[in-house]
Amino acid sequence: MFRYHLQLALHSLRRNKMLTALMVLLIAVGIGASMTTLTVMHLLSGDPLPGKSQRIFHPQVDPMPDEKMREFPPDMMDYTSAVDLWRARRADRQALVVDSGIKLRAPDTGMPPLMTTMLSASADFFPMFDVPFAYGSGWSEQDDAKRARVAVISADLNDKLFGGGNSVGRILRVRDADVRIVGVLKPWRPSPVYYMVAGGRFSAGDTAGYYGKTEDVFVPFFTGLEINDGHFAQFTCWALPETPGHLQNAPCVWLQLWVQLDTQAKVADYRRFLAGYAAEQKAAGRIRHAANARMPDLMEWLDFNGVVPRDVKLQTWLALAFLAICLFNTVGLLLAKFMRRGGEIGVRRALGATRGTIFGHCLVEAGLIGLIGGTLGLCLTLVGLWAIRQQPIEYADLAHLDLTMLAATFALAVAASLLAGLFPASRASRVAPAIQLKTH
Amino acid sequence: MDIKPILSALGRHRVAALLITLEIALACAVLCNAFFLISGRMGLMRIDSGVDERSLAAVALNGCDGCNAADVNGRALAALRAIPGVRGAGVVNALPFGQRAGDAGVTLDRDGKHFGGVPHFYAFGPSAVETLGLRPAQGRGFVPGDFQRADNFLPADAQVWITRAFADHLWPGESALGREFWMGDYHFRVAGVLAHFARPNPGRSEDGLASAEWSVVVPVSDDSLLGSYVVRADPADLPNVADAARKAMAKAVPEAVLDQAQSRPLSDLRREYFQRDRAMLWLLVSVIGAMLLVTALGIVGLASFWVAQRTKQIGIRRALGATRGDILRYYQTENFLLATAGIVLGMLLAYGGNLLLMKHFELARLPLAYLPAGAVLLWLLGQLAVLGPAMRAAAIPPVVATRSA
Repeated sequence: MFRYHLQLALHSLRRNKMLTALMVLLIAVGIGASMTTLTVMHLLSGDPLPGKSQRIFHPQVDPMPDEKMREFPPDMMDYTSAVDLWRARRADRQALVVDSGIKLRAPDTGMPPLMTTMLSASADFFPMFDVPFAYGSGWSEQDDAKRARVAVISADLNDKLFGGGNSVGRILRVRDADVRIVGVLKPWRPSPVYYMVAGGRFSAGDTAGYYGKTEDVFVPFFTGLEINDGHFAQFTCWALPETPGHLQNAPCVWLQLWVQLDTQAKVADYRRFLAGYAAEQKAAGRIRHAANARMPDLMEWLDFNGVVPRDVKLQTWLALAFLAICLFNTVGLLLAKFMRRGGEIGVRRALGATRGTIFGHCLVEAGLIGLIGGTLGLCLTLVGLWAIRQQPIEYADLAHLDLTMLAATFALAVAASLLAGLFPASRASRVAPAIQLKTH
Repeated sequence: MDIKPILSALGRHRVAALLITLEIALACAVLCNAFFLISGRMGLMRIDSGVDERSLAAVALNGCDGCNAADVNGRALAALRAIPGVRGAGVVNALPFGQRAGDAGVTLDRDGKHFGGVPHFYAFGPSAVETLGLRPAQGRGFVPGDFQRADNFLPADAQVWITRAFADHLWPGESALGREFWMGDYHFRVAGVLAHFARPNPGRSEDGLASAEWSVVVPVSDDSLLGSYVVRADPADLPNVADAARKAMAKAVPEAVLDQAQSRPLSDLRREYFQRDRAMLWLLVSVIGAMLLVTALGIVGLASFWVAQRTKQIGIRRALGATRGDILRYYQTENFLLATAGIVLGMLLAYGGNLLLMKHFELARLPLAYLPAGAVLLWLLGQLAVLGPAMRAAAIPPVVATRSA
C-alpha cells in the first residue's frame, strides 16, 4: 500500500513541477534558516561537561559592606573567603581559578614576546574538569603549596612556540619569572569556557566572549599570584585597592572557587559548611550579610549568567517565525494542489478508495515534499553554518552540524511538512465522489 | 467596484481566504518587529563618538613591566610627534571603541547613599585633550592646574567634564555645571559639559544603549598614565601615519609589546566594534527579504489556484459583458480585502510579539509608526503578487463559458 502511495505521490509531484518546486523551496529555506540557528543555539546552550556538570558547584558568599543586602552575592570571591574555603578541603575536589594577562617569552625559540592570558589554578583543576593532556600532566598539591615554578600550556601555544612537539621540560618566561613546562594539553575547547563565566547579568546579553578560547598558560594558583603580581583585574571593589593589580586582602572580589561534590549527602553537607563559614565570618565582623551565600551547580550557574548570547536567541526566534511563515504558505499551496485534483480524487473515491486511502496518499505526498525539502534544507543549513564560521565571533569555529542536529533536521522537515499536509489532506479526503463526477 | 459579491465569493472559500489572511498577518508581525530591531541597531551603529574618528589613531603598548611612566611616555610621544604628518599626540587611558579602562559607580552624595549610575572614567593628559579636539559645549576648558598627578587610577579631587547624556541622567532638567559627585572617597566637580563623547563600549555596558555616552573626563598629568596613546593627522595621511606610529613605537619602546589589535585608526576600531551588529543587520534584512518573497509566492500560488478553479465563472462574467479591467480589478480588490484583514490581525500579533521581545530581550516598546509602514509594504506586496494571476484571469476569453468543463 505504501509503495502504491509513494508511486502516486511521485507521479503527482511530477505533474505540477512549478508548484512542487515552490513547496520544496519553502520547506527548504524554512528548515535551512531554523536549523542553522537551532544548531548554534544547541552548541552554545549545551552541557559543557556532560555527565559531570551536576557534581560541580560554584560556592559564593557576600563580602560587600552595603547596608542593604544585595539580591545575589557577587559573581566572584574575595581572597580571604576563597582561600579559606579552598584550604578547608571539605569537597571531593576544589579548584581556585583566576585569569590574568601576561607577557610571555620562550627564551630558546627566539620568538618575540607575546601578550596572552594565564590561568592561575590549583592542582585539582585538571582532574576536576577532565582536561585532556597530550604530553606530561598537571601538577601536584605539593606544587601548589610550595609555589612551584611549573606550567601547563595549551595545544595552541605549543603549536605556536614549539611546532606541536613534546615541549615538556622546556622553559617559558612569564613576566620576569621562569617556569618549566610539565604538561601540554590536547586541543581543549569547552563551550563556554565555563570555569571563567561570571558577570553575565551585567553584560546586556553580549555574552559571546564566554565562548572564546581557553587560556594559553596554566600555573599553580599561588605561583601565578606571585609571578604576575600587579597584573590582576578586580571583578568589582567596594573601595580602591591600595596597590593596583595586587588584590590579596584588597576590598575586592576577583577569584572563583569550584568544588566537586560526588554525592547528594556531600552537597547538603557542603551547603551547611558554606552557611556556617559565612556565619562565622559574620561573627568575626568580616562579612555583613551571611545569609547571602549560594552554591549553584554548573548548569544553574551558566543559566544564571545567561550564557547564550542575546543575538543568538533573537536569531533563533526570527528563524522559527520564518519557518512558521514558510509552513503556512506550504499549507496554502498543498491545499491548492490537492483541491485542484478534486476530479481525480472523486473518481478514485467512486471506484472504491476509502477516505483513509486518500488521506494517506495526500500525507505521503506531503511527507515526500518534506523529505526532499529537508535534504535541500540540510544543504542550506550547511551553507548557513559555513557563513557563521566566516563571522568574526568567538564561537564561529564551533558552528558544525553534529549527528543529533542532522537527524533533527530531517525529523523537523518531515514533521513540519506532515503537519502542513494534515489539513489539506483531510479536506481532500472529504471530497464527495458523486458531485465531482457530475460537474467535471 | 462592488465589494459585496467579492465578500460572498470569499465566504465560499473560507479556508483559502483564512490562509492568505494568516500568511499576511504573520508576515506583518515579523516585519514590524524586524524593522524595529533594524532601526535599533542602526541607531547604535550611528552613535556619535564625539571625536573626529577619521583623523585619529590609537597606539597601545602592553607588558611594560617596571617601566617608568614619565620616561616611556617621553620616548613614545617624541617618537609619535616625529612622524611626518602628525598634528598632535597625547597619553590616554582609553578611547571610544577601544579597551575599557575604568567603569565605576558614582553617587550624588558623600556618604554614597544616592546612586547615580556607572559611567566610564576617561583620564587624559593635557596633550590628549587637545589631540582629541574635545571642547566643552558648556562650562570651561581645563587649565594647566587641573592636570594632577594620580598614583592610583584617578586624583582624589578633580575638576571634570561629563557628557550631556550623563549630566541629563544625573540632574535632569538642571544645569550640571559646578555640581559634585563621588566615587567612593574620590570627589569630582563638573567644570564642563561635552555635547557628545561615547564610552569605549557604547551599547554593551550595564545600562545598555541608555548609557552609551555616560563618560567622565578626568584631567591627569601625562606621567599618571602608561601605554595608550592617540595621534591626530589629516584624514588623507592617517592610514600611513597609523602604520608609521606602530613601527615608531616598537622602536622607541622596545621593552613593551605593541598591541596590534588596539593600535589602529579609530575608524577601524569602530568598524570592528560594530561588526557583529552589522552581521545581525544583514541577517535581519535577508530574513525580511526572504519572508516577503515567501509570502508573495504563497499569494501567487493560492491566487493561481483560484483563477484556475474559477475559469468557467470568469468566462461567464466576460460573456455577460465584464471587461478585462473588471476581472483584473476584482482580483486586486479581493487581495486588498484579504491583505487588510491580515494586516489588522498582524498588527495585534506584532504588538504581542513586541511584548515578548520586551520581556526576553529588554527591548523598547514598538513605536506605532512602524505599523502603518509595515501595512503599506504588505498591501503593495499583495497587489504585486496577485497581479500575475489576475492578468491571467483577465485574459480568459468569454468563449470559455460555452465549454463544458
